[in-house]
Amino acid sequence: MLSRMRLAVAILGLGLAAATPTFAETVQTGAVPPPPAPASVAKASVANTSTADHSKFEILQKAFASGPEVTAACLTCHTEADDEIMHSIHFQWSYESQSGQTLGKRNVINSFCGSVSSNEPRCTSCHAGYGWDDMAEAPPAQETAADCLACHDRTGQYTKTATGAGHPPLAPVKPGTLTITGAAAWPVDLAKAAQSVGMPGRDNCGNCHFYGGGGDNVKHGDLSSALYEPPLEVDVHMSPDGENMTCSTCHVEEQHQWAGSRYDVIAADHPDIAPGGPRETASCESCHSETPHEALSLDGMKLNDHTDVLACQTCHIPEFARGGAPTKTLWDWSTAGRLDETGKPIVESDWISPTTGEHFHTYMSKKGDFDWGEDVVPYYAWFDGHVEYTLPGQTLDPDQVVEINRITGDAEDGVSRIWPFKRMAGRQPFDSGNNTLVATHIWGPTTDTAFWTNFDWAKSVEAGMAAMGADYSGEYGFIDTQMYWPITHMVAPAEDAVRCAACHAQEGRLVGLAGIYMPGSNPNSIVGILGVLMVLATFLGVLGHGLLRLVSRKKGGSHE
Amino acid sequence: MSNRPMKSRQVNVYPRFERFWHWTQMALIFFLLFTGFAIHGLHHLIPFKPAVMLHTIAALLLLTVWIFVTFWLFTTGTWRQFLPRIKGMIPVARFYAFGVFKGEEHPYHKTMWRKLNPLQAATYFAVKWFIFPAIWGSGLLYLTYNFWDGIPNSGFWITLVANLHLLAAFAILSFVIVHVYLLTIGDGFRKHVQPMVTGFDDVALTPEQEAYLEQNEPWRLKG
Repeated sequence: MLSRMRLAVAILGLGLAAATPTFAETVQTGAVPPPPAPASVAKASVANTSTADHSKFEILQKAFASGPEVTAACLTCHTEADDEIMHSIHFQWSYESQSGQTLGKRNVINSFCGSVSSNEPRCTSCHAGYGWDDMAEAPPAQETAADCLACHDRTGQYTKTATGAGHPPLAPVKPGTLTITGAAAWPVDLAKAAQSVGMPGRDNCGNCHFYGGGGDNVKHGDLSSALYEPPLEVDVHMSPDGENMTCSTCHVEEQHQWAGSRYDVIAADHPDIAPGGPRETASCESCHSETPHEALSLDGMKLNDHTDVLACQTCHIPEFARGGAPTKTLWDWSTAGRLDETGKPIVESDWISPTTGEHFHTYMSKKGDFDWGEDVVPYYAWFDGHVEYTLPGQTLDPDQVVEINRITGDAEDGVSRIWPFKRMAGRQPFDSGNNTLVATHIWGPTTDTAFWTNFDWAKSVEAGMAAMGADYSGEYGFIDTQMYWPITHMVAPAEDAVRCAACHAQEGRLVGLAGIYMPGSNPNSIVGILGVLMVLATFLGVLGHGLLRLVSRKKGGSHE
Repeated sequence: MSNRPMKSRQVNVYPRFERFWHWTQMALIFFLLFTGFAIHGLHHLIPFKPAVMLHTIAALLLLTVWIFVTFWLFTTGTWRQFLPRIKGMIPVARFYAFGVFKGEEHPYHKTMWRKLNPLQAATYFAVKWFIFPAIWGSGLLYLTYNFWDGIPNSGFWITLVANLHLLAAFAILSFVIVHVYLLTIGDGFRKHVQPMVTGFDDVALTPEQEAYLEQNEPWRLKG
């Protein structure tokens, strides 16, 4: 698994992806490598609690010609699994949020790749199903469209092609094919995968979630390939040297619905954690309680004082993008399309990782300008858990930085706490006539409207808006955007938590956050100045008195 | 007191416990001021976290001393020493304002049951009844924030509590400055500090008091 991680990083560093029709920050080398070594270590990360050995099932002992064929075999026993998964956000890509918005990949526009609409087979490569190639339609409804193996394969050699609407690469693999993690694709052995099934490991979730935004850690900042086998200092829970937890240890599941959502966050959990009690939330408190620090120590008592105001993550994830995989912090689409004098796309890789020394793209004709960050100190804000998106069709203010998603909360509402975020800066196309965000047709090797085919924004935006069925004025411009990503993974060991003085200081980490009294952050407060003046006045008074005594040249009176 | 002739004697007026209390309190107050101002960010001679820990420990120690002191003050009747009296205050105030520059003598003479001059007693009264309760009350509320953070507007109240604590701390520092300075007036610093070290001070005794002491507590008299 480690070698696979290195491979991904190494490929990432080559930076020659100009001609590759994919969002991934990678290049294919032409030769198809053998499948990576079985993920033996990752496999060990999942306790085998099953009483069934799937390799003994006759129905799985055959050559499968496609992913859906495997699903058909699974469903002969797991009769309701397709129904469950098809009602989950992993399959629907649609989510009714508490703010009353319909979110999910199918509906939102973000500041990374833009929209799924008009880029389907590329974006739906990570769909937990097979063959969804049109966002205007609901996901495929036939029961075999559910992809069981993406989450349950335990061989580590199951994958999906980067542009195949969710299908795996099968022999013979067309040269140049990439996987969803950006590696050169290998032919997947479906029978082997089907016989291996078990509960998901970190690799199952990570193969999609670590690569959001088109590459390793590009999007989240706290979800990267570093979490396949994280060292203890990168993630104390998931490290094989620590608790060796998988994603679903916290993201508990019931009928293929998972706890934990970036769209509706539990900003402050008040769980009943009686021993043996059920855990239904993916919060820290659901295991650690609301007073996790040693109650009988002075230190612990003081720290427990903080839990009403600070999310656990605020102290215990001192920086995100740790472990060697940087995250994209700025994506400026407006500069995309610049070509060299011979008309060829340009690729510049001037950002150098401080930990690995690898080079990362800073400009690509296909994508514009980037900036990256590693070991990034988060942006902090009061957060009540509600997130509101600027959805397609919503009018925006072209004179302001557009918040792709707005986070709300304050000190007084009784539910908010101070949370860490990755604040992504973007500059992206918008409809300058209607003042709305736009869908962009980026990927489409066979169309002449895709931006990556002909570098023409006018065509790209028009095609994107048409695919989404949205109203388009015909005029586009570029607008600055911001997007907030709650930071909740990569919890560091306790000894690496944020130091008290990182906040309890002038210009500390939480500077400017209203509604909290923070000793040490403002020695020059009104009361502080008053106090100093009082002491100064006293001192001067005493000094004056003493000087007068000296001047009068007489020793003061005596008790004698 | 009476009109009978009083005689000045070296009397042990500060028993061992009172001296222990005074110096422990002095050390802890200095330590609390030092760590407290570090927490407030006025200096960085000690990092924030150890400052908080040590400040809390020192406060709890001083609180413990105080519990014993309160008990002692009331069982021994010493608490009466601290009762403020208007009588004699004006001459003392006048002395510090004018007389001291002309080389006048301090108008107050210590007696057995009035170790403190009227101005001193009034100051200590204010310190004990307003400033110390302010620092203790706000400090304990500050320390136990965990138990009341659920009340409405706790963010506002903790700000109030913290600022009161801070203001009281500055008032105590001001007191300490004046207190130490006044030791230099009259017989001088050394002479004034000595009683709190040895316990013995010049006190005007009535013949009866002197006779009583000589008879019953001779160890309290010197020379």
